[in-house]
Amino acid sequence: MIRSLHRWFGLVAAALITAITLSGTALSIFPTSEALTIPAAQQISVAELATRIQAVEPTVEQIRRAPSGRITAYYFDGDQPVSSIIDPATGTPVGSADTSGLERWLTNLHRSLFLGDTGRLIVAGGAVTMLTLAVSGLFLLARRAGGWRHILKPAKGTGDRRLHAVISRLALPGLLLSSLTALWMTAATFGYLPEGAGAPPFPSEVSGTTGIQVASITVLQEAPVGTLRSLGFPAAGDATDVFTLKTDAGEGYIDQGNGELLAWNDANWLDRVTNLLAMLHTGQGMAWLGLLLGLSALSVPILCWTGLAVWLRGRGERRGASASANHADTIILVGSEGGATWGFAETLRKSLSEQGMQVHVGPMSSFDPARWTSARRLILLAATYGDGEAPASARGFIECFRRTPVRQGLSLAVLGFGDRSFPAYCGFAADVARVAEEKGWDTLLPYNTVDRQSPQDFARWGRDLARTLGLGFELNHLPTRPKAWELSLISRRDYGANVQATTVILRFSLPKTSFRQRLTGKAFPRFEAGDLVGVLPEGSDVPRFYSLASGTKDGFLEICVRKQPGGLCSGQLTALEPGQPVTAFVRSNPSFRPARGRKPVILIGAGTGLGPLAGFARANKASRPMYLYFGARHPASDALYAEELSNWKTEGRLADVATAFSRTANPAYVQDILRKDGARIGKLIAAGGQILVCGGREMAAGVATALSDILTPQGVNLATLKAEGRYAEDVY
Amino acid sequence: MRIKSLLAVLAITTTLTVPGLALASEVTFTTNMRSYGGDGAYLAYYVTDAQGKYVGSLWMAGGKARYYEHLSGWYRATGGDTGEINGITGASVGSGRSLKITLDLADTLFDAGYELHIDSAVEDMRDSPNEVVVPLTSAGSGQAATGSRYVADFTYTR
Repeated sequence: MIRSLHRWFGLVAAALITAITLSGTALSIFPTSEALTIPAAQQISVAELATRIQAVEPTVEQIRRAPSGRITAYYFDGDQPVSSIIDPATGTPVGSADTSGLERWLTNLHRSLFLGDTGRLIVAGGAVTMLTLAVSGLFLLARRAGGWRHILKPAKGTGDRRLHAVISRLALPGLLLSSLTALWMTAATFGYLPEGAGAPPFPSEVSGTTGIQVASITVLQEAPVGTLRSLGFPAAGDATDVFTLKTDAGEGYIDQGNGELLAWNDANWLDRVTNLLAMLHTGQGMAWLGLLLGLSALSVPILCWTGLAVWLRGRGERRGASASANHADTIILVGSEGGATWGFAETLRKSLSEQGMQVHVGPMSSFDPARWTSARRLILLAATYGDGEAPASARGFIECFRRTPVRQGLSLAVLGFGDRSFPAYCGFAADVARVAEEKGWDTLLPYNTVDRQSPQDFARWGRDLARTLGLGFELNHLPTRPKAWELSLISRRDYGANVQATTVILRFSLPKTSFRQRLTGKAFPRFEAGDLVGVLPEGSDVPRFYSLASGTKDGFLEICVRKQPGGLCSGQLTALEPGQPVTAFVRSNPSFRPARGRKPVILIGAGTGLGPLAGFARANKASRPMYLYFGARHPASDALYAEELSNWKTEGRLADVATAFSRTANPAYVQDILRKDGARIGKLIAAGGQILVCGGREMAAGVATALSDILTPQGVNLATLKAEGRYAEDVY
Repeated sequence: MRIKSLLAVLAITTTLTVPGLALASEVTFTTNMRSYGGDGAYLAYYVTDAQGKYVGSLWMAGGKARYYEHLSGWYRATGGDTGEINGITGASVGSGRSLKITLDLADTLFDAGYELHIDSAVEDMRDSPNEVVVPLTSAGSGQAATGSRYVADFTYTR
């Protein structure tokens, strides 16, 4: 509900709010340029200011002071009416006070789209939309983060989705303030608010005399210039006219003969609120706030764009024909929030249909075995939202699933889609799998997961499915085929041949790119250690991902690859000779890298998982405390990076290195050396340290258990660390 | 712009307390604005008597009451009472544009010491009360008067 509100308001009003916010951003610069150019303020009274101005320009009719402190006087030069900015120190005009044509044009665009009152109402509608988007977006952010408690923690996820979350969180306060103040200003303009105190009735009785010197009017002597809004002089030759004074405190009339205050109305709360809100909206008088609001407003076009991109991608993945539910032999139900999981369902549907199966695809909320008269297989593709909650298209599924009796002859497979950097990885799918097991559903395939929409994970699960069904298909899911590059191998270092674990460190040169390509964003993308490289092996369209052991700054691209028995890609890579090319692309992985700052970092890994950790150490030229714990088989065979590690330790890029070898006289695993070093790890975490784990799934599970045992006694749990971005895994 | 307003004649005649049936004739006000380079100008048209006392309003160009205080002559005379301009309000007049209004005015308004005032104001620019002040006379009909700030010239024709 909140999501569709957010989506449709955003789509419909994107162009409108982009126009409003861009003009708002442009306008936000004016208060600052004004603040930088106006003459210095003076601590004098209104009487003193008026006297100085009158001495220079005797025909002065009115003096106004803007919230910025800019003083303008209106007078005649001969019979030419003039308005000038005044230097309050001398009372002399220093320049024209006319608003520039550009500012006026922008103002009119911003508040009425040049359409007068109709335009003002349209723009007010834009403000309402922006307010709706900001509030609904806030709820979505909270859900995404897994609860209001986590909303300020580092954003997770990748790509446009993450960019949308990061930018909106920065801009939200400014956008809320801008849209709320805008609505107040519109209401004031159209007179929908109760009246302010306004001016007192014009005095019917005046002294009838004229000619008092402004310098000797007590009321003006007592009013500091800082509180002045305007002072009007009596019209020449009209003895019944008066001085009209407006200050922050109120407004009233002063006799031009004896200088007495004839009438006065104090400003009420409404005047004050309206003045304050106008200042908060325009930044006039608060230039710094104006700039902040301008920056926030600038985020709106970016948010519109990324929001649109996320929506389009989700939509594009939902196409495809599916058989009707009562004819299908295979039912695929999708639990998706943003729409990405539908794309996987479509890939699966296509592959199964090509094998002659009748496949029906629907949302998990449409779970109804009674209707599936011909179905023999049920496959649930379930994403998770936030803290283990059901995603949008699976609302109410789990309750319904619990109630519904098991259907004989219908076997079930559950595949979870999630992101390991979130605390509750595939929490919802795991719940579903647990319920299925408790109820005793026939198992088609054991419960499995796909991390960060990994085509590799999905293809692996697909092979299991094909084997179970006795069919030969490959699930090749490529949401968007990224632009791939040819990378040429510079060097290789071989390890582990004598422990039956051929492992190589491969170093590739970066493609040469011209300045023009860099300018147009068509160059090889920048990357850091911990990001991923997707390698497209010959003979398959499914990329295999490896964690990068170097960054752009190192000038080369490095990965560690272990030869998997029968592995297509690892076989090709480990056979690669210098000078030979591979086809690859880079994918960013911002959740797996050291957080900024100087807090300690604990790097834990085994086998080829050492790659990105070595990359972090290599990049640690600032000698931030980094502690490396890693496991290998034997020092003589697969001690990857041994030489570099000892150099980096001498140079201070690594504070300490601890190694566990599993095939020596005293075999040990990495979790063993962690436990031995528990006291130090506890201290590092207490000091705000961060843990990064890279390696195989089993190793990561062992490490997590060991860390839990170490940290639980001091009241720290891994889930909290994970939510704070202080515990991240890159496992395979 | 061409507007015929019966209410205008009512506004004037009631304040003038003319006994019986007032004789009225059609009068056209033509106001040409200078290219003053700003947003639309608010213009208040009102009449004072021989003693300079406010008699009634004839037209208000500009729809938002919160800005009327900048038409300081009119505002001072009426206390900002929008009842004075009920039904005789139109849009503000842009820079370099012109405004033509046709009203039925009581004949007694002419050659009796009455003066027509135009106050004007533009957002973020100076207020210009009594921008134009012309006596209402039969001889003055068709004679252009010059404004001080925003009005290039003003003519009334009977």
